[in-house]
Amino acid sequence: MTVTEVVLRCLIVLVGFLVLPLLIGQTEHKLMAHMQGRLGPMYAGGFHGWAQLVADGVKFVQKEDVVPSAADKPVFRFAPALALASYLMALAVVPLGPVTWGANVPGSLVWVLAVGGIGTLGTLMAGWSSGNKYSLLGGLRAAAQLISYELPLILSCASFAMAAGSLSLVAIGHAWTPWWLIWQLPGALVFLVAATAELQRPPFDMPVADSELVFGPYTEYTGLRFAFFLLAEYAGIVVMSLLLAVLWLGGWTGPFDHQIGVLWTLLKGFGIALVILWMRMSWPRLREDQLQRIAWLWLVPLALLQIAITAAGVVLMSR
Amino acid sequence: MVGVGAGGLASADMVLNIGPQHPATHGVLRLRITLDGERIRRAEPIVGYMHRGAEKLFEVRDYRQIMVLANRHDWLSAFSNEIGVALTVERMLGMDVPERATWTRTLLAELNRVLNHLMFLGSYPLELGAITPIFYSFREREELQAVMEEISGGRMHYMFSRVGGLRDDLPAGWLGRVAASIAAVRRRLPDLESLLVGNEILRARTRGVGVLSPELIEAYGVSGPIARASGVDVDLRRDRPYLAYAELFAPGGPGRVVVRSAGDCLARLEVLLEQVHVSLDLAQACLDRLAALPAGPVNVKLPKVLKVPEGWDYVATENPLGFNGYYLVSRGDKTPWRLKLRSASFNNVAVLGELLPGTLIADMVAILGSMFFVVGDIDK
Repeated sequence: MTVTEVVLRCLIVLVGFLVLPLLIGQTEHKLMAHMQGRLGPMYAGGFHGWAQLVADGVKFVQKEDVVPSAADKPVFRFAPALALASYLMALAVVPLGPVTWGANVPGSLVWVLAVGGIGTLGTLMAGWSSGNKYSLLGGLRAAAQLISYELPLILSCASFAMAAGSLSLVAIGHAWTPWWLIWQLPGALVFLVAATAELQRPPFDMPVADSELVFGPYTEYTGLRFAFFLLAEYAGIVVMSLLLAVLWLGGWTGPFDHQIGVLWTLLKGFGIALVILWMRMSWPRLREDQLQRIAWLWLVPLALLQIAITAAGVVLMSR
Repeated sequence: MVGVGAGGLASADMVLNIGPQHPATHGVLRLRITLDGERIRRAEPIVGYMHRGAEKLFEVRDYRQIMVLANRHDWLSAFSNEIGVALTVERMLGMDVPERATWTRTLLAELNRVLNHLMFLGSYPLELGAITPIFYSFREREELQAVMEEISGGRMHYMFSRVGGLRDDLPAGWLGRVAASIAAVRRRLPDLESLLVGNEILRARTRGVGVLSPELIEAYGVSGPIARASGVDVDLRRDRPYLAYAELFAPGGPGRVVVRSAGDCLARLEVLLEQVHVSLDLAQACLDRLAALPAGPVNVKLPKVLKVPEGWDYVATENPLGFNGYYLVSRGDKTPWRLKLRSASFNNVAVLGELLPGTLIADMVAILGSMFFVVGDIDK
């Protein structure tokens, strides 16, 4: 790989990282509006408010960057960058097609899970450093949540890796067959629930819970730093949706996949993202201890069961 | 410092002020809670941030002007508040109100009750994190607001009541439009209910949470849907009938008192939901009756200076949120010597101090929302 190619790939990943979350955000605006019998953004940019999120970004840039005097200032300033960077690094290794990726590392699945977990650290840092009681409570909730979803998430991913016999996302995509849709269904469900909890999306948005903790760890943030957290949330949806699309829905596999494989990955990922958005519009919020209950009584056993099913399947098929 | 909750580790309680500015307090209620981790040790409601001196202002207004003030303390039950003042003054004057006015007042009071309940059926799920129901409930509110606005000109503070009756006669065709609105709300109400009833998460958040015992209800004077959700079967519309309720709540009539026994947040929500149905039935019955009544006056001619004879009286009405009473003491002037206001939310919120200790912050929001209060009604 030449230097030019590396720079080019980084640039493409960065552009994707900046555009895809906006697409998800705009979809959420519009989908939510129509589900609630209203129009959503209609003015910015002319056609159905397509530029609303760009306008929001411009607005955030203009806002004053306030750092509370009680805050642990360096940590407070650094937290949004950490949250954002983790999903950027994760997105770099998610393959969109058999030869389309930002970087291809041998254990890319491990890499995605590892750097994805760092994002939550940004939330924790924000909660702890803000010098605000609501932020602190939110940060502690995020920490409690981390314990409950991280294990099922990794266990469900382990099942996909076992089925493919590889930790590389590209190899898993190649090994995929339609049979996985049923074979790996419990694991996929566990993944979806755990990913929603990691993203702190409803019904698992207890750390930010606006009606309880004002805005949790992000309460004290303004301007661009606040926008970074929002961007990180939507980038997280993109990463998790694409990841599940590659792991469970076969990524680029589909009709004419030699020509439009990338489109298939994006389409499948978009479908999963819609489900994540839909949950927000339909359901109230759970309580932190209820999530723990779900995680330990349902998700972990289900993920372990999936691993057993996968192991049996792998042994039977290798005969 | 915050307590980490583990035994053996040094931990200290954290004092957290929920409000006066907080998303869950519907305005400016303040709760000073002492936390151990997320568990509430002590909770103290602190009221008065929206005190507007309503009772003192009543003393320097004549009886026509008082109504403008009186419909403002609970801004979600404006018409019911007006009715309370009108009934008090009328009773002290010994005034008879035309039958048409009485039935129209009953109709408007019940529509007002539906509007009030729909508000909480939207805002309560919002506090539990569900963002869609409020748009469904506001769609129905809009439907009913339209007919209320047509008759009174107001969307919140109707000021359609007068001592001795109503401001104006009903516009031509208005009864038909009300019937159409009621039918539309009835038809679409299942949309809202399907988002709430039977939702697993909503049940998990509300069932068994914030259980209020009948003893506490009696001790604190809690009333209205909150009391009935705990099995306290009291409803002034049936027990001390005013307006046309004696007939509506008579055996075989459309009126019935909704009671639940669980006393938790879910029961309180269910009472509200079912009361919407009952109130729509009552409103429909009023409409049928009004259509059958012959044309006639809707108010009584009042003297230029309205003076209430010396004496005192207390009239309580079943407002959407609970008992709303006016204790009027007159010395024969054109203004009251004293007009004490007994508002529902004040008593209903006072019980929070007993209810919250031992619960989590998340439960606190669920309980607070299920007490269905209006801050203006607390602080007056």
